[in-house]
Amino acid sequence: MAQKEFAGQLIDVNEEGYFTNPQQWNREVAAAVAKEEGLDLTDNHYAILEFLRNRYNSGEALSIRSINKSGIVDVKEFYSLFPGAPLKKSTKIAGIPKPSSCI
Amino acid sequence: MKNILILGAGTAGTLMANKLRKKLNRKEWNITIVDEDKTHYYQPGFLFIPFGIYDEKDVIKPKSKFIPKGVDLIISKIEKIIPTENRVTLQDSKIDLKYDYLIIATGTRIAPEETPGLQGDLWYKDIFDFYTVEGAVALGERIKSFNGGRIIVNITELPFKCPVAPLEFVFLADTYFKKRGIRDKVDITLVTPLPGAFTKPIATKMLSGLMVEKNINLITDYNISEVDNAGKRILDYAGKAVDFDILVTVPTNKGADMIERSGMGDDLNFVPTDKHTLQAIGYENIFVLGDAANLPTSKAGSVAHFAGDFLEANLLSLINGTPMTAKFDGHANCYIVTSDKKGTLIDFNYDTEPLPGRYPYFIGPFGLLKNTRLNYFGKLFFKWMYWNLLIKGHDLPVTSHMSMCCKEVPKETK
Repeated sequence: MAQKEFAGQLIDVNEEGYFTNPQQWNREVAAAVAKEEGLDLTDNHYAILEFLRNRYNSGEALSIRSINKSGIVDVKEFYSLFPGAPLKKSTKIAGIPKPSSCI
Repeated sequence: MKNILILGAGTAGTLMANKLRKKLNRKEWNITIVDEDKTHYYQPGFLFIPFGIYDEKDVIKPKSKFIPKGVDLIISKIEKIIPTENRVTLQDSKIDLKYDYLIIATGTRIAPEETPGLQGDLWYKDIFDFYTVEGAVALGERIKSFNGGRIIVNITELPFKCPVAPLEFVFLADTYFKKRGIRDKVDITLVTPLPGAFTKPIATKMLSGLMVEKNINLITDYNISEVDNAGKRILDYAGKAVDFDILVTVPTNKGADMIERSGMGDDLNFVPTDKHTLQAIGYENIFVLGDAANLPTSKAGSVAHFAGDFLEANLLSLINGTPMTAKFDGHANCYIVTSDKKGTLIDFNYDTEPLPGRYPYFIGPFGLLKNTRLNYFGKLFFKWMYWNLLIKGHDLPVTSHMSMCCKEVPKETK
């Protein structure tokens, strides 16, 4: 398994750079991952990251739609917080697996 | 007398009613099935209607024709399930239905109202779905008089019923406009929230190859936020616009509203379901079959058919007081038409992605992830199998578990 250093900590990651052990996550590590993605984290970013982690931990599916349930931002604002591919980017920074789409 | 109540008389509910009536003693067990609609739709046929290959008559039959003797069919809207009292209330009757075991098979519906502007001025003029008979027929009329321009096929969000249907649609559109001699005047583009033409890598490679060959454009990672009717364009959450002359939409899919009224659904009204036992999570005497479940596999008739065998086994175990041992593996099997002459076939489950190879069958073998004429005829022949075998709960000549027989396993996976 690959490891990568963020904020002085060795983190287990997969080939796409997603955490394989969500326990290794903390705010400092998140800031370092975000920097690589070209983002400076604000309070709103952190609130979304916590929301995603809680939802992941309770086994609920993560989707673009589910952001509306966060009570923090709507989907449009979610796009401006994590430009490009917001769900992929935010889950990477939140230290949880990339949402898989079953079909 | 004990009662088995089935909600929904579509593919899943109907096949389950047929299976259980054969297995359960009529003197001990009542079986009742409820649906709000008298008509049974052969949904795989909707795809062919816009291109004039099928018409409405091919896909519509009365539901009552497929409900066996000894099963009561009630046509009524369902108000809600009250699971704590083992009771279901109806909208068109004051008499509640009590059950010992409940099977939820209320499927999924398109919810175009979830996307602003989708049902605006252009709805059924230049914007159509093909997941309803009305949409498919209206789209067929529009396509007939279409002489060139841009056709966008847009998937709103996941999950959606029959995940290969949008691909089949663009392939059939390519063939249709070639036949009319105006293919060079028609731009066909698939706009999808997925990162590619399909989700799983090996099938995606094969299918995107076909799209390139047929000159069909692909826009990926696109999450539609609204439709601009005046500007004839769709917009995503980042403001990226895609223009259209005809928009063929695969709207948001939701479970029945009744599930929401019962407080038993997730964000999209699908019922959280144990993926192996098929029981509704938290309710021992409630099972979920077909599209109504939140299972991590395709929403497709084949899944309902395969899962039906496992549900039957587990329900009978529960009734007999023995441990439930049947574990559904997520088996799905889909024909994909790639033109009006050829097709391909995919076969997969929770753990194994669609792989190339052969699919052994009594008139096969069919080619998996191979583009063949026999696969196309398989799809057409399936209509007969559906009406005559599948929804009547008969066994089909294939295994319910996915079989690794004759699949070519790539070196990098086990």
